[in-house]
Amino acid sequence: MEKLARAHVLVCGGTGCSSSGSKLIIPALKEKLEARSMGSEVKVVETGCHGLCEMGPLVIVYPEGVFYVRVKPEDVDEIVENHLVKGRVVERLLYKEPATLDTVPSYDEISFYRKQKRYALANCGHINPESLEEYIGADGYEGLGKALSMKPEEVVEEIKASGLRGRGGGGFPTGLKWQFTRSAVNDKKYVICNADEGDPGAFMDRSVLEGDPHRVLEGMAICGYAVGSDEGYIYCRAEYPLAIKRLRNAIAQAEETGLLGRDILGSGFNFTIHIKEGAGAFVCGEETALMASIEGRRGMPRPRPPFPANSGLWGKPTNINNVETFANVPSIMRDGASYFASQGTETSKGTKVFALTGKINNTGLAEVPMGITMREIIYDIGGGIPDGKKFKAVQIGGPSGGCLPEQLLDLSIDYESLIKAGAMMGSGGLVVMDETTCMVDVARYFLNFTQDESCGKCTPCREGTKRMLEILNRICEGKGTEEDIPLLESLAKSIKAGSLCALGQTAPNPVLSTLNFFRDEYEAHIKEHRCPAGACTALVGYVITEACRGCGLCKKVCPVDAISGEVKSVHAIDQETCIKCGACQAKCPFKAINKG
Amino acid sequence: MAIKSLDDLRKIKEQAKSTTSARHESGTQVIVGMGTCGIAAGARTVMTAILDEIAKRGLQNVSVMQTGCIGMCQKEPLVDIVRPGEARVTYGNVRPEDVPSIISEHLVNGRIVNDLVVAKL
Repeated sequence: MEKLARAHVLVCGGTGCSSSGSKLIIPALKEKLEARSMGSEVKVVETGCHGLCEMGPLVIVYPEGVFYVRVKPEDVDEIVENHLVKGRVVERLLYKEPATLDTVPSYDEISFYRKQKRYALANCGHINPESLEEYIGADGYEGLGKALSMKPEEVVEEIKASGLRGRGGGGFPTGLKWQFTRSAVNDKKYVICNADEGDPGAFMDRSVLEGDPHRVLEGMAICGYAVGSDEGYIYCRAEYPLAIKRLRNAIAQAEETGLLGRDILGSGFNFTIHIKEGAGAFVCGEETALMASIEGRRGMPRPRPPFPANSGLWGKPTNINNVETFANVPSIMRDGASYFASQGTETSKGTKVFALTGKINNTGLAEVPMGITMREIIYDIGGGIPDGKKFKAVQIGGPSGGCLPEQLLDLSIDYESLIKAGAMMGSGGLVVMDETTCMVDVARYFLNFTQDESCGKCTPCREGTKRMLEILNRICEGKGTEEDIPLLESLAKSIKAGSLCALGQTAPNPVLSTLNFFRDEYEAHIKEHRCPAGACTALVGYVITEACRGCGLCKKVCPVDAISGEVKSVHAIDQETCIKCGACQAKCPFKAINKG
Repeated sequence: MAIKSLDDLRKIKEQAKSTTSARHESGTQVIVGMGTCGIAAGARTVMTAILDEIAKRGLQNVSVMQTGCIGMCQKEPLVDIVRPGEARVTYGNVRPEDVPSIISEHLVNGRIVNDLVVAKL
């Protein structure tokens, strides 16, 4: 029998931590442990994402569960010598709470994790994603085993009873979708996993695929059994190379052991899974465009009905769900629907993974029960806004979503109340904005994105988003007119009404939602030629005040020679030449330069 | 490795659970004093002997941890055994050859090896 490893060192190998250098830590650890002849008593495991990407690379040492953050290869010596040899925790590498600066030694005590309920992400960061054994050790494929002992109709009923709804955006009840595909009569059906995660700032699907790929395969196989399909596709963007690598590895392992393929677990059920790499077009997250892309055609949506459940991939009944949706399925089957249904609110059951980005202390992934408030996510889990700045708004739901201002921070987060507030759940990307963010600029950013990603099939979307972007550009430059706001609203209405797919139907949302909550900012740009947040470069100017002592530092640092003045007398900025880079303000030792 | 039935799957699960047991709350704890005093008195060889003995017996639900100096340096190497719900027992002047009896008597069967005990908490 394999010798018991007394300690396990888990090193995060997700995309976030890899890019901050975790790849160098694993070989350094192994080398050092060998040199200390502890190679067999301490196990080094590369895991998927732990969610607290801000603090990466993350290293966790078990059995104590000590959580080290921002570990560099040069710290490895100290971790091995002090912690692993002598059992002394390396204090300086421990996590500190951003609010209190208290040191927290243990993984479970960190406030970022304490309020979370990790269900879909249960294994992420805790098992080696490239090891089938570890997944099985964490109850993996138990749900599939249980499903195969039931009738397919019963599996569909179980998913319906759980109340699971689509985690990719729309929130359609998953069990009902499965039932539609199950009822469709055809000798061939398909299951598709939509891994074309495209919302700016959303990365939960990537983390699940990288951290726990077998869970998604298991979820798809259960779905295949329930709807009567023997073949699945994962449509994953090529920008996720690590996710694709781990998926390929997981598929090969499952095929080799017979967990995918023919006669799975002796039940007579067959299921295979292919990967289709997409080129990262946002519109391919739309199901009909996605299927067109798998078929080898240009990724463009088509009108529905017929819905994919009746006529999908190659005209066959097809069930499409998002990565996170499939990731919830194995545990629902294993533990029964009632546990899942006991979490969350009346209409939104279970947990949801949110990606926290923007002006927030703990950038990362958090899985929370539905019905939690935005305030809890941003302040208790996210650790609040950095640098003592004031919260302004949070953008939820990506380019199709909207902004929630401060007065809605206590809104319960579920599908219905978000729609009512003019936003949407979407994939769960949360972009937090502070007082220095201009809301017109935010709307412009998202419009720029949708305008770029519009496939061009429907004129209102193709031309309308372009015109809206032009207007927003004009407003940000201070050249907006009073007619621009009604014009934006009327364009928004036409685009929503005249577009075929969700991309166009929701593209105006960021503008409508910022107009709803931050109309005063639009008006300040138009009427007063002023950007209240001081973010739109065309509308801010730098002025030198009487406090200037004429030291000449600003003159030296100005890249465009816009500053003039004699030594020891007050200098001046030529506003025509100034490019508003702010270098002079940063350099001035007397705080004599104001932005206004 | 082929998994042909749910029974096959469960067999693999049991094996896999024991290889990752260090990452979960587990039943019995073995705590070895690894301060400078403990290491100088030979705690490393004792710890290796403990790990070997656990592997030899195929014990599950045991975690081996370290701790620093607790002040009884003259009694090092110190080894504590904590069985769930029972008192923490500290053994002193533990030599590698004492390990098999501590493991088999106390850890497995719950009988304290009184000759070697220096403290009970």
